[in-house]
Amino acid sequence: MAESVNIVAFFILAVFIVIGAIGMLCTKNIIHSGFWLLEVSVVAAAIYYLLGADYIALVQLLVYAGAVSVIIIFSIMITLRRREDATRSRDFSPLALVVAIMFCALTIAVICILPTGNILMPDSAPDFMTFSLKLFSPDGWALPFELASVVLTVALVGAVWWSRKENK
Amino acid sequence: MEIGLTAFLILSAILFSLGIYGALSKKSAIQVLMSLELMAIAVNINLLTFSRFVTPVTMDGQFFAIFAMVISAAEIGLGLALIVAIYQKSHKSEVDDFTELKG
Repeated sequence: MAESVNIVAFFILAVFIVIGAIGMLCTKNIIHSGFWLLEVSVVAAAIYYLLGADYIALVQLLVYAGAVSVIIIFSIMITLRRREDATRSRDFSPLALVVAIMFCALTIAVICILPTGNILMPDSAPDFMTFSLKLFSPDGWALPFELASVVLTVALVGAVWWSRKENK
Repeated sequence: MEIGLTAFLILSAILFSLGIYGALSKKSAIQVLMSLELMAIAVNINLLTFSRFVTPVTMDGQFFAIFAMVISAAEIGLGLALIVAIYQKSHKSEVDDFTELKG
């Protein structure tokens, strides 16, 4: 007995995330582009939730929708000298469009001839508790998790070091 | 019609292609980074899809997704710091202007 994904929810979220991505690429104002990225992050969190990944949906909301979008919008504002600089050309490139369409067609063709076919959603839903127990147990993923925090610390120090004012 | 593995994979393929288009065509360095972010979201959807549909009990894909998110957060932070540093030096943030290391 397979559990079924809510079709209406899936199509609404899919349409919203694709519209957000296209809006991010097609808007002329670079600050609007940052806000479209915020929309895409929030809808992506909802899709993660639909896939039964509650913890990752929360992390996506807190880290990407909350923090990363804000620093992207701040960086856009820092690197604009005048208000008029926010409006820029769409940077349409036919070559990039051809590459993207070819990649999309190839990937979808491969997905459609998958030997396993269309797997339906299995019944056993991942449990939030077992996930966190596995993540923090020493014989589970505790060591890679700590290494990931070291990577984040190094990246943070490097980012502060790079963007500080040069003292002459 | 049932929503299964392929629907989610096709959605993430479309998102990844949009990210490729943005990363190749945009001239503003920050918009290139935003397109990379779009590609990271597509990869995460892929990982979580396989985790939910193929290994629902062990949840391997969810752990991979966590580490992928950590790496892409570090990448976006360092990338923005680099762009701000270059902007402080030369007051430019277009990819075409980053020619100092051309040799």
